[in-house]
Amino acid sequence: MVRERETPKQQQQVSYTVEQLVAVNPYNPDILPDLENYVNEQVSSQTYSLDANLCLLRLYQALMAMPAPDFSLCLFLIPERVQMEEQFKTLIVLSHYLETGRFRQFWDEAAKNRHIVEAVPGLNAGFEQAIQTYAIHVLSLTYQKIPRPVLAEAINIEGLSLDKFLEHQAANSGWILEKGHGRGQLIVLPRNEFNHPELKKSAADSVPLEHIT
Amino acid sequence: MATTYDYEEAPATYDEGRHQDLGYDPNFVPDSVRSFVVHLYRHIREKNVYEIHQMYEISFQTLSERLFKDTPWPSVDAVAHYVDNDQVFCLLYREMWFRHLYARLSPTLKQRIDSWDNYCSLFQVVLHRVVNMQLPNQWLWDMVDEFVYQFQSFCQYRAKMKNKTEQEIALLRQYDQAWNVYGVLNYLQAFVEKSNIIQILEQEKEGLEQFTATDGYDYSGGSNVLKVLGYFSMVGLLRVHCLLGDYQTGLKCLLPIDISQQGVYTSVIGSHIATIYHYGFANLMLRRYVEAIREFNKMLLYIFKTKQYHQKSPQYEQILKKNEQMYALLAICLSLCPQVKLVDETVNSQLREKYGEKMARMQRYDDEAFVIYDELFSYACPKFITPSAPSFEEPLVNFNQDAYRLQLKLFLYEVKQQQLLSGVRTFLKVYSTISLGKLANYMEVDEPTLRTILLTYKHKTHAVDSDGKIISNADVDFYIDDDMIHVVESMPVKRYGDYFLRQIVKVWYI
Repeated sequence: MVRERETPKQQQQVSYTVEQLVAVNPYNPDILPDLENYVNEQVSSQTYSLDANLCLLRLYQALMAMPAPDFSLCLFLIPERVQMEEQFKTLIVLSHYLETGRFRQFWDEAAKNRHIVEAVPGLNAGFEQAIQTYAIHVLSLTYQKIPRPVLAEAINIEGLSLDKFLEHQAANSGWILEKGHGRGQLIVLPRNEFNHPELKKSAADSVPLEHIT
Repeated sequence: MATTYDYEEAPATYDEGRHQDLGYDPNFVPDSVRSFVVHLYRHIREKNVYEIHQMYEISFQTLSERLFKDTPWPSVDAVAHYVDNDQVFCLLYREMWFRHLYARLSPTLKQRIDSWDNYCSLFQVVLHRVVNMQLPNQWLWDMVDEFVYQFQSFCQYRAKMKNKTEQEIALLRQYDQAWNVYGVLNYLQAFVEKSNIIQILEQEKEGLEQFTATDGYDYSGGSNVLKVLGYFSMVGLLRVHCLLGDYQTGLKCLLPIDISQQGVYTSVIGSHIATIYHYGFANLMLRRYVEAIREFNKMLLYIFKTKQYHQKSPQYEQILKKNEQMYALLAICLSLCPQVKLVDETVNSQLREKYGEKMARMQRYDDEAFVIYDELFSYACPKFITPSAPSFEEPLVNFNQDAYRLQLKLFLYEVKQQQLLSGVRTFLKVYSTISLGKLANYMEVDEPTLRTILLTYKHKTHAVDSDGKIISNADVDFYIDDDMIHVVESMPVKRYGDYFLRQIVKVWYI
């Protein structure tokens, strides 16, 4: 029933691979220079333990990846007792604010916890920008025209900096600045199928070809 | 095959050492068993897949029911000489032996470890030697399914440290490789890679390979075992990753299989259901509700139409259980994402019958609603596991519920975040335009709070799909112009598409 190959029979021993570990924790290893060292250490000691700092870093990355659900995906993988630690609780609160559109509270809380963000090398600059991108994404789903103060609060930019920012967006991203009725500026966001329903392709009654063939 | 997925397993009631007390002699081989192994051995050698399937599905069950209702089958040593001591046959026999044990009795720790060893030996053979047999897909699926089930069962067993004896703890320490999560993942991954199944499926799309067309069987004198095990291992990986709470990786593992078509995964009902159940569940946790609803709907409709044909099969109980669980998951999805258009009439009426009242209560989002979300989720979710070994130093506690509790907690957390949305939905259904001020008044919140609620609605109803695109789950939508809300209702379109399809089919059959 079975022919023996030339190669000798393999031992029972199963070998661990880095791919396996990364596959179980699938977050982008490129940004984490010491992932390999960490993994090699884990592999040689044959333990499956968590490094809290690594988790925190991943959670920050996940926040920056919003609106993708990466943050909750991470939480599914981190044991509850670890999630109870102070730094994790802070991040969960931050995530909650972002998930529920509470940008003002987010920026307030983030400011209070600047030291955490600053402690992670290379994270600081990208972090703020990533959150602002997310904020603009949600605002673009929601508003055709948005009052300046609402925008300012969401992206945490005010005054002259905001003027500069708006100029840049107007020049490069198709934003239009209007005068609101006596209430200051109104920003017209770019048209998309979510804030301009007429742009939505009607898919309701399309019949996929495979249903007929 | 496992018919029970209970958290609480009864303590081991069978111990090989005490066989005299229980009237079981592992060396006694009834004539019917001798006949069974002799014939099965011959059929495998002669590659009579149909006969193998009959014996595997029917004869084995009949004999189990008649002779081995609550004892194991004869030991492999007792039957080996009837089958030329063929090593591979013995491994296959042992695999069935352990599966029967798990289904009818409760395995001891030693037996769990021995079963792991048997899988290792069997899988090593398939992976590293040239195997010249064709086995029925049902059997190959059962191997993968049972492998994952025994892993899940072991993790739960190991996590209940409280009443472990000194002996058991010593064994656990000694055999720490058994059912190790990396070992399990490694074998499944190895099957996928060694079989080259991903490339085969790719090339099949271009007509360069035949796999699905032959249901995975090899008609040019070769073997289907490695290929089909590789194929089913993708489903196995999806399942393991779901058990670990790693939904994204699970879905990635399933990607090579196109679930919008028939395939080898639909050739075995157990595999079909396992695929869709886990796919749907993973999408639910990823907030891709529309995708989950679509797939659950298709699967439930299929089960409705075909379950009568499986009434006599040993999988019937499992089919019914998974059916009920998927209705519960569907009820959850539709409560979080009301999209009635996506559900077939038949499925919808079943759903109303089973969960109509509960769904109404869930959508109220009060305290009672959370109790129901909890109840349905707990009933329908996979049996999550903690993959790591316990620390044997700390005081011995049971932590087998930890993984489940975390997933439940995070799920309810998500439900809570969506709590305010149903209120918004109600108002949006009534107005075509309304000012922020007025709506804030009706909802008894201030304007800034209303703005955040509306942002939440938009964020939660627009999911990110697997390609990174934004897709809308919203049945009722809106946009804001300064301080004016404009409602966009997706009109319930008359289903002309369905009507035309039916007419086309009718014409074909003339």
